[in-house]
Amino acid sequence: MAASFIELKDLSKSYLSRAGNQEVLTDLNLSINEGEFVALMGPSGSGKSTLMNIIGCLDLPTSGIYLLNGTDVGSLDYDEQAILRNNTIGFIFQGFNLLPRATLEKNVMLPLVYARVGKEERHDRARVLLEKVGLGNRLLAMPNEISGGEQQRVAIARALANNPKLILADEPTGNLDSGSGRVIMDIFTELNKEGITIFLVTHELNIASYAKRQIKLLDGKIVQDEATKGANQ
Amino acid sequence: MIEALLTEVWQALVVNRLRTFLTMLGMMIGVGAVVMMVAIGEGVQDSINEMISSMGSNLLVVLSGSATSSGGMKMGMGATPTLTKADAEAVTELPQVVAVSPLVYGTAQIVYGSNNWSTMVVGVTPSYFDIRDWPVEEGTIFTDADIRSATRVALIGKTVAKSLFGDEDPVGKIIRIKQNPYFVVGLLSAKGQSLDGRDNDDAIFVPVTTAQLKLFGTKFKGTIRLFIVQANSVEALTELISPITELLRERHHLSINVENDFNVQNLTALANVAVKAAKLLSLMLGAIASISLVVGGIGIMNIMLVSVTERTREIGIRASIGALRRDILLQFLLEAVVISLVGCMIGVVIGIGGAFLVNKISGLNVIISLQSVLLAFLVAGGVGIFFGYYPARKAAYLKPIDALRYQ
Ligand SMILES: Nc1ncnc2c1ncn2[C@@H]1O[C@H](COP(=O)(O)OP(=O)(O)OP(=O)(O)O)[C@@H](O)[C@H]1O
Ligand SMILES: [Mg+2]
Repeated sequence: MAASFIELKDLSKSYLSRAGNQEVLTDLNLSINEGEFVALMGPSGSGKSTLMNIIGCLDLPTSGIYLLNGTDVGSLDYDEQAILRNNTIGFIFQGFNLLPRATLEKNVMLPLVYARVGKEERHDRARVLLEKVGLGNRLLAMPNEISGGEQQRVAIARALANNPKLILADEPTGNLDSGSGRVIMDIFTELNKEGITIFLVTHELNIASYAKRQIKLLDGKIVQDEATKGANQ
Repeated sequence: MIEALLTEVWQALVVNRLRTFLTMLGMMIGVGAVVMMVAIGEGVQDSINEMISSMGSNLLVVLSGSATSSGGMKMGMGATPTLTKADAEAVTELPQVVAVSPLVYGTAQIVYGSNNWSTMVVGVTPSYFDIRDWPVEEGTIFTDADIRSATRVALIGKTVAKSLFGDEDPVGKIIRIKQNPYFVVGLLSAKGQSLDGRDNDDAIFVPVTTAQLKLFGTKFKGTIRLFIVQANSVEALTELISPITELLRERHHLSINVENDFNVQNLTALANVAVKAAKLLSLMLGAIASISLVVGGIGIMNIMLVSVTERTREIGIRASIGALRRDILLQFLLEAVVISLVGCMIGVVIGIGGAFLVNKISGLNVIISLQSVLLAFLVAGGVGIFFGYYPARKAAYLKPIDALRYQ
């Protein structure tokens, strides 16, 4: 059996806190194929972000196996995980997470710096990407000079810098008004059409409805996993 | 990669200008202190070397009287003269001895016209000026014939010439020493300070016999205060001590259980002690100043730790988009190194300025060597790496998720 793009097997995650050992994810099994558009839903504290961070190679499960593109992420060291994040995954966060003291162009170029891409190509790629998200004329602006919606588009441009196969978005529209949110979701839909796998965490139903598959998490367990129509309901 | 990193490092430092400057200040002061102290230390060493070479090379001195327990260079002052000119001449015959000159001296009032000057009058033989490598600037040195007939001739030092004659040419003039007229045959070239801090040029030289018979007649006729012996090599200095001692004991008819009534000292060895002391001094100055470098380094470490904590989230973002461990390590390490190197650069300027100021104010000789500046940079770079490494490592070893979630 060929493994899917994302493969979780009996995956658990627990945190050691003052209250004792708290299990946040319990024996999760999940496969996602390349090109899917998945929305992960569930109430606050159900473990959505925790799961997304594990899928994004930012954190490791306490037990179980996570295979990304056939690679056992748990067996990789720091730098190998970093390279995987750099060339396979693009992150979009609720709080945008741009470097506040770098221009938009610099922000978008950063993943290319870490990918050891040459200077000229970095500039070219950054310009193309910012144009793609409609900010081609703001290359030298600072993040605090643009709106939240625009910042999130810069974050998307940055996430796309190294042509990732997977976009992970943790409540990307959580800080945005509905109009800006729609722009972001349209970009995701477009990217998904280009073949990029999208994994989206949200608790807004109308945002989740852009996805073609909705997974519901409750107390660290998948309680629902169904295919949906996808964008533009 | 590296140029992108350097621009980021530079920007991070410029954004926090004041903090960067204050952190650099520690390095500036540390490097400035080291450069200045080393300059002073090397200057002192240089002055001492100068004095020693002005003293003459490979010298022994034989003093009248028994050894002082302190072994200092008192030149037999106040001791009963036991040596004679004949003793000195006898030593000349020993192998490895190049030249010998007896010395008789005292202070006297010198008068020329309406000017008078109290100074040291030294009776020597012509070989004295060879031994001390001390040529005349004008005129000639008195001769062996002058020694034989104890003529009233004098060679005068630069300082004396200036005080008595001003701009006038002293050679050929008549001066009065203890009322008696002396013919000035030569003006000695400038010699500078001696090891014990006296002005070599504040002296007048006359034939030793003249000094004995006509200036400082003692109750022990024909005695001299001391004589200096020049050997043909440094090794010969130690080898000569016992033959000289034996010869003089024999000449003084000292029986076996009687102490020496003279004292042979190795001037060159004493000079080497002074050189060692100067070296130690400059080493100590450097070492004390280096402590401030360490303090500067600790300042850098402190600020870098604060910076790493402040920028935890930034580190998380960088990690999330694929920074390798060494990318993060290098970024913070470079910040520390740039702070210390730029601080060092300014510190070198401050140190050189300070050294010149010391020279201006105190007249102390200072020497700024390229090596000390290069060393300062090397040490500053080392301090930056040493004290920057721990904070940088701390940044590089943060777990990406913990760094990202940091509030
Ligand atoms: N680093 C941590 N240490 C201890 N407990 C943690 C940590 N991270 C998350 N948790 C706990 O794990 C549980 C799930 O957290 P998670 O952030 O995954 O929830 P979520 O589904 O994303 O919620 P929300 O919708 O509010 O973002 C929470 O109860 C939280 O307290
Ligand atoms: Mg969350």
